[in-house]
Amino acid sequence: MSKKILPLVLGAAMGVAATTAASATTLEDVKAKGFIQCGVSQGLPGFSNPDAQGNWTGLDVDLCRAMAAAVFGDASAVKFTPLSAKERFTALQSGEVDVLSRNTTWTMSRDTKLGLNFAGVNYYDGQGFMVRKDLGVTSALELSGASVCTNTGTTTELNVADYFRANNMPYEIVAFEKADEVVAAYDAGRCDVYTTDASGLYAQRLKLTNPGDHMVLSEIISKEPLGPVVRQGDDEWFNVAKWTLNAMINAEELGVSSANVDDMKSSDNPSIKRMLGVEGAYGEGIGLSNDWAYNVIKNVGNYEESFNANVGPDTPLGISRGVNALWSDGGFLYAPPVR
Amino acid sequence: MAKTETFQIRTEEAPLLPAPVSTTGLIGWMRQNLFSSISNTVLTVIGVIIAYWIIAPFVQFAFIDAIWTGEDRKACLPPEGSEGEHMGACWAYVKAYFPQFIYGRYPTDEIWRVNIVYVLFALLLVPLAMPSMPLKKLNSILFLGVFPIVAFVLLTGGNISISSYTWIFVALIAAVGVAIAAILSVAGGRDFNGVKPVLIGFVGTAVVLAIILGFVSANLGLSTVDTPVWGGLLVTLVIAVTGIVASLPLGIALALGRRSTMPIVRLVSVIFIEFWRGVPLITVLFMSSVMLPLFLPEGVTFDKLLRVLIGVTLFSAAYMAEVVRGGLQAIPKGQYEGAMALGLRFWPMMYLIILPQALKLVIPGIVNTFIGLFKDTTLVLIVGMFDLLGQIQSSFTDPTWSTPTQGHTGYLFAAMVFFVFCFGMSRYSIYMERRLHTGHKR
Amino acid sequence: MSVMEQDSAGAPARASLLNDPKVRGIFFQVVLIAVLVFVGYNIVSNTAANLERQNIASGWGFLENTAGFGIIQSLASYSETSSYGQALFVGFLNTLLVAIVGIFIATIVGFVVGIARLSDNWVISRLAYCYVELIRNVPLLLQIFFWYFAVLRAVPGKREKWSFFFDSFHLNIAGFRGPKPIWQDGASLIGIALIIAIVACIVIAQWARKRQESTGQQFPVFWTAVGLIIGLPLIMYFVTGMPMHLEHPVFVDTGPRIRQGFQLNVGFNLIPEFLALTAALSIYTASFIAEIVRAGIQAVSHGQTEAAHALGLRQSPTLRLVIIPQAMRVIIPPLTSQYLNLTKNSSLAVAIAFPDLVSVGGTVLNQTGQAIEIIGIWMAIYLTLSLVTSAFMNWYNQRMALVER
Repeated sequence: MSKKILPLVLGAAMGVAATTAASATTLEDVKAKGFIQCGVSQGLPGFSNPDAQGNWTGLDVDLCRAMAAAVFGDASAVKFTPLSAKERFTALQSGEVDVLSRNTTWTMSRDTKLGLNFAGVNYYDGQGFMVRKDLGVTSALELSGASVCTNTGTTTELNVADYFRANNMPYEIVAFEKADEVVAAYDAGRCDVYTTDASGLYAQRLKLTNPGDHMVLSEIISKEPLGPVVRQGDDEWFNVAKWTLNAMINAEELGVSSANVDDMKSSDNPSIKRMLGVEGAYGEGIGLSNDWAYNVIKNVGNYEESFNANVGPDTPLGISRGVNALWSDGGFLYAPPVR
Repeated sequence: MAKTETFQIRTEEAPLLPAPVSTTGLIGWMRQNLFSSISNTVLTVIGVIIAYWIIAPFVQFAFIDAIWTGEDRKACLPPEGSEGEHMGACWAYVKAYFPQFIYGRYPTDEIWRVNIVYVLFALLLVPLAMPSMPLKKLNSILFLGVFPIVAFVLLTGGNISISSYTWIFVALIAAVGVAIAAILSVAGGRDFNGVKPVLIGFVGTAVVLAIILGFVSANLGLSTVDTPVWGGLLVTLVIAVTGIVASLPLGIALALGRRSTMPIVRLVSVIFIEFWRGVPLITVLFMSSVMLPLFLPEGVTFDKLLRVLIGVTLFSAAYMAEVVRGGLQAIPKGQYEGAMALGLRFWPMMYLIILPQALKLVIPGIVNTFIGLFKDTTLVLIVGMFDLLGQIQSSFTDPTWSTPTQGHTGYLFAAMVFFVFCFGMSRYSIYMERRLHTGHKR
Repeated sequence: MSVMEQDSAGAPARASLLNDPKVRGIFFQVVLIAVLVFVGYNIVSNTAANLERQNIASGWGFLENTAGFGIIQSLASYSETSSYGQALFVGFLNTLLVAIVGIFIATIVGFVVGIARLSDNWVISRLAYCYVELIRNVPLLLQIFFWYFAVLRAVPGKREKWSFFFDSFHLNIAGFRGPKPIWQDGASLIGIALIIAIVACIVIAQWARKRQESTGQQFPVFWTAVGLIIGLPLIMYFVTGMPMHLEHPVFVDTGPRIRQGFQLNVGFNLIPEFLALTAALSIYTASFIAEIVRAGIQAVSHGQTEAAHALGLRQSPTLRLVIIPQAMRVIIPPLTSQYLNLTKNSSLAVAIAFPDLVSVGGTVLNQTGQAIEIIGIWMAIYLTLSLVTSAFMNWYNQRMALVER
């Protein structure tokens, strides 16, 4: 009781209500307020990017929409909070956002030391380099003596230091606070190299004056599994996030898409029946209705649809599935079955 | 021989000759001000060269070579084959982005709400700023008290959920007031008139709070607009105006505290003021975005804009306190002594005698603090909010308008907007200073 | 009068404890302390609970851990294997560097513009006026962006350059390069010579003042000082056999294109982030200093100038001996706060990737999550800088004030 008073006094004094979450579980909270608060990036095309009207799109955004669909059956019951790299974990820890879906790399220290849980991987990424084509560079090992632009406060800054040191190449690092500034400085010619997650390079390349003058080198110098993050110690909500992602991947594997999901309800395949809630009561296990996965697929689509719509070969980013293909197609995506 | 007398005496005045050409008119002025000596002539020539060197490329860029209309970047790119040596400002890009620069990503259908706030703001501020307009008291109450709440409801959509604790807290204030009044009348032996100020103070506060809370929590049928979609000039003005309006009472309290005779009050005020004045605003902003969440109990969060506002308010309150202190010190001691001789207690003395004079004196100082704060709002872009400059910067990454002059054009536009606001306010501050000065001349 | 006295003596209303100012004072202070303690306790306990929940160990141990990231400019030795503490120290030195260089340039530009505003020459005074009003009314951050992003695009790219002074200084987008002196054995003697020269100057200045006070004879202190400070180290330089050579930056324009341009870590280099930040800071602050200087000079009454002229002083000694010493007394207090503002504003470096204290601290904060410690370090250092600067300027102000009778 006494702990609640201070913010209320502050809030009352300023004529503004402080949002006080009841100390229930996140799922109950979310159900009570009627929407999911989702932490996203401040603008990374293909992953989480607002258009001129403020509508968010992207792979990470789709995951939040899918969670909203799973909980409410309504993919629009979600609000987005753009977060900088610096703020993102604090925002999640303090409860400002319910889930962080912001191209965040799953590392051991983040998983174990920050009181957070990674609910899976929705994009397998790795750090790459982008250079001007006219430099004539074909391999990252030729970058000795280069100046490198990157973001501060991310794992990329450490990876690039490790990489250049391990290969005994001198370099000069220019580390900016915001991605937009990195792009501007690289575009102005301050740096020879721009390094960040490869997906980010493809996305940021669109913002350059002449995207065609730049190329992404083939070397990938780190493992960057990106995924949604929730608070530790709330297993129910953790399960919702985990299984929403799994449902999207499973749906692709089973050939269920938003176009055919209604027909698939009458499918003979027991796996599909279980997933769509026709057989069994798997929704109960995560505190949701039985058609939770149906809602996800109906409203948002399966992983393939989301991938192709946001980052796939037909989008400006033009990223091929690569390691992000299903395990059955030689990729890494492998979701546990619903049963 | 007739005696003819010739008198060499004038009977009429000689006509006034015009002053030598070299001392009047344009030439005279130039001789006096530009070419009075060799060194002066050299300086003039150097000055003209510098001026030409700055102005000519600017005019060339901003007007002569500028492109005023167009649909996308193609209009502003140099024609094929040319080297692009003469590329001007791309005003077409500013035109396309103008709504975003003014409203951010505020939903298009709801922009009328922002417009109402802008108009209300201007309608209340202009008469307040003009010394000759009547009803100053009513005007300030409307501007400082009512307008922020109306603006808050209009901009956010109101309908804020307020927990029952808050209502209990409001009721508690009223209860405390009644309790103190009761104690005073029983233990202090005061009659009803003696406890009336206490009752009015506490119960009045509670009633005002209740009305405000009721208003912001009422469902007025406005759709909710979350602060992350606010941007551009809207955010700049919200931060600057809230910062100044909220820091005024806090600053007055701190200034009084710093001049208080109570040692602990004085010490606390001095530490507070010197702390905030000693640290850069950007660390304060980082603190409000990274550290403030740690100070709050689990599950309690503030909106990001609100956190920034808290930081900015505390920061500018310290500066405001020093401005107000200057005003308090400028009031002759006789005024204090006169008030005390009349038997006024501390608060009536301050409220009726000292503060009205002191605050009038420091209007230029307050305006100058506001100019500083207005410029400093740009720092919020570092913590990831989109004020005018942040919104302009974020538009640079739009491939539709990406041209080599996009950055220059955007920065030039931002500079012009800020210049118009700040220069206007500084003129006003100088005007008030002159006005107040004459009032005090004997 | 007597009636009133009787009145107050007769009515015991004053006796009530509730109306005793002393009691009220104590009561209010107790309430204030209680509120502060309550708020403080809440903050501390909440923070402790939050940190525990997030598994963040508070404490200063992290300063010893390996930083792992590179820093583009460091005055102290630093590499990726250095500790977080060393990284923060490098950031602190960079802050100091920007502040000192910025204050130096801002003071010179500010005084020149301030005096120019009072010039009889219309063009010059108008120019100065426009400079002040234009620069003062545009946000500093915007000016930093302008210098960094807009001006940066106008200079040659990495594989081209502009050269000045017989090809020894170069400017391109990677920075401003020049020869770097490399000291060899015996070079410390030159430093010692410089110190001796400075000490000698101080002694001579004091002797000259005493002599002038007692005999009226003047001694050319300024030129002696210039001669000593330049001459003595120069003589020592030749005596010790020229223990220094210049390391010129190396510009490569053949071979693979990625290797072209200036080579890293050869010669002396000012990175563009530093140039942009220093330029913006000093030009911005100079506009405020100019106004302070103008106000200070105008505060000296015209009678002083006339009296000095009547005594037969020329324009320059009038300024130097009569006007400026009096104007300084008005100038110094606001000048101090401008210096402090410049130091605090140097934290905007974070916007353009110059590794100052705030920028490096932000990186450390991100890597370690030690928000409270890092922000504590920031606040402590800026507060200390503020206090030290104002203490120094107060001391200087007092010295100047002593001139007054």
